Amino acid sequence: MTKDQPLWTVFKYGSLALAALAILFPPYIMVANAFKTKDEFLGKKAMALPDSFFNFNNFVEAYKQADMSQAFQNTIVIIAATLLFNIVLGSAFCYAVGRFKFPLRGLLVGLFLFATIIPQITTQVVNFKTIQTIGLTNHLMGPVLLYVGADILQIYIYLQFIRNIPYEIDESAMIEGASLFRIFYAIIFPLLGPATATIVILKTIAVYNDMFTPYLYLTKTENVVVSTSLMRFFGINSGNWQMVSAAVLLIMIPTSILYLFMQRYIFNGVTNGAVK
Amino acid sequence: MLNQLSISKQRTIIIVAFTLIPLLLLLTFAYYPALQLIHLSFTDWDGMSQEKEWIGWDNYVEVFNNPDIFGVFRHNLAYFLVGIVQNIFAIYFAVILKGKLRGRNLFRLLLFLPYILNGVAVAYLFGYVFDTTNGSLNTVLGGVGLPSDTSWLGMKSLVNYTLASIGFWRFMGFNMVIYLAALQSIPEDLYEAASIDGANGWQQFRFITLPNIYKIIELNLFLTVTGALEVFDLPFVLTTGGPAGASETFVMKIIATAFQFNNYGLASAMSVVLLVAVVAVLSVQRYFLNRGND
Repeated sequence: MTKDQPLWTVFKYGSLALAALAILFPPYIMVANAFKTKDEFLGKKAMALPDSFFNFNNFVEAYKQADMSQAFQNTIVIIAATLLFNIVLGSAFCYAVGRFKFPLRGLLVGLFLFATIIPQITTQVVNFKTIQTIGLTNHLMGPVLLYVGADILQIYIYLQFIRNIPYEIDESAMIEGASLFRIFYAIIFPLLGPATATIVILKTIAVYNDMFTPYLYLTKTENVVVSTSLMRFFGINSGNWQMVSAAVLLIMIPTSILYLFMQRYIFNGVTNGAVK
Repeated sequence: MLNQLSISKQRTIIIVAFTLIPLLLLLTFAYYPALQLIHLSFTDWDGMSQEKEWIGWDNYVEVFNNPDIFGVFRHNLAYFLVGIVQNIFAIYFAVILKGKLRGRNLFRLLLFLPYILNGVAVAYLFGYVFDTTNGSLNTVLGGVGLPSDTSWLGMKSLVNYTLASIGFWRFMGFNMVIYLAALQSIPEDLYEAASIDGANGWQQFRFITLPNIYKIIELNLFLTVTGALEVFDLPFVLTTGGPAGASETFVMKIIATAFQFNNYGLASAMSVVLLVAVVAVLSVQRYFLNRGND
């Protein structure tokens, strides 16, 4: 691959161009139609561009009809609570098992790592009943509990990270008389910053994109989240592709922006998480 | 204050306080359900009544003998086959995006983009592409003189492959990023030495790149298998299992059995079968991954 032949170069760029086209084609159709009026939509081909890119009526209508302000609000509450618990519990847990030796520590860590093998999708039949017993069905904290309790990505990432922070830092702080609790929140936790950033982004995207959990656990209209709001909206508007396009774009924009600005953390996190 | 206590007392407090809640959550939402599933799978519980009858292996007999249940795995096969092709493409794009290339980062960014998009949104995105009368794919095909009335999501023989191709679109970039990370960890001097010895591009790929990423290929293939076993959201949103159940997947069956037909016992047995299948696949994977380390 050191000296490229012209034919190979053409093939390389040609295949990339085709791939780019295949990836952009479906979103392009959405963009082309989200700005069309009903008449335009019926009169024009799907591929044709709209008369004006300033016709935001479909977006406004979709936002209202899909109850997206409620959906975004609920989704943000779920994401914020999930992140808070994941970060606090995950980093504290990894401080305890990453810094101290104690009996059964190996077993404890093993329990967490082994749990990755149990696919969450298989245990819902029982978890549904558990959440019902606790009384959190149709409560935003129900899914939060599942995202915090059943997923251990945060523990995996923090554990890897904390091992690379030299223990001398803890020791010198102890000599200066800092309590262990203070060492954790004033020294170790800030040093875990990059790991926290990775967790924040991966979890935000995962929770935002999840449909399965909210579909099962949040069935009431006031508990709608982005995924379920889109499903309900499609139920009322199926066939009205110009409306559906607008709604789909509204839902895809937030994670796309996050992705553009945080790509480095996303790529790192995905590679680390997959190899676990 | 805490720092009045001795370090060893502080240690004990921290170990207990910091591990207790995560451990309780893990036991409640990962281990308890796994064990409870096994217990329920031997009963006829309807999900509500106080009583559940112990019925032995009846549920498992039902899972394996009823073609409506076990036969559904046939539909999952399409996702597996398309997943293999998806991995080949992922390796190809990882290889060319690792080399010198104009716009490399842009292409990488673009190819990975589908992975971070909302699954429901992606489903409708393709709902429009594959729509028979208004769909853009048929419009394009008609434009170049090919048949333009294919019912991509309405034909029993086609529907699973259509859905799996959406999975291809969504996850190829994810596989690619993992391959790319593996490729970047191959020492550059191996390639330099090889090109001094006169190895061409293909030979370098065949004898340096491939052997160095075998483990990652294995990893990705296992992700493909477990992913194919657990397919749910695309068919659920886009076809709700239709036409005539042709695109139902095993997980969809479990959800319907439990939450529509209130047959928790049978749904538990199905879950256990899926759980065992995934655990078996992952154990084989760990065995292969660890084999080289010893």
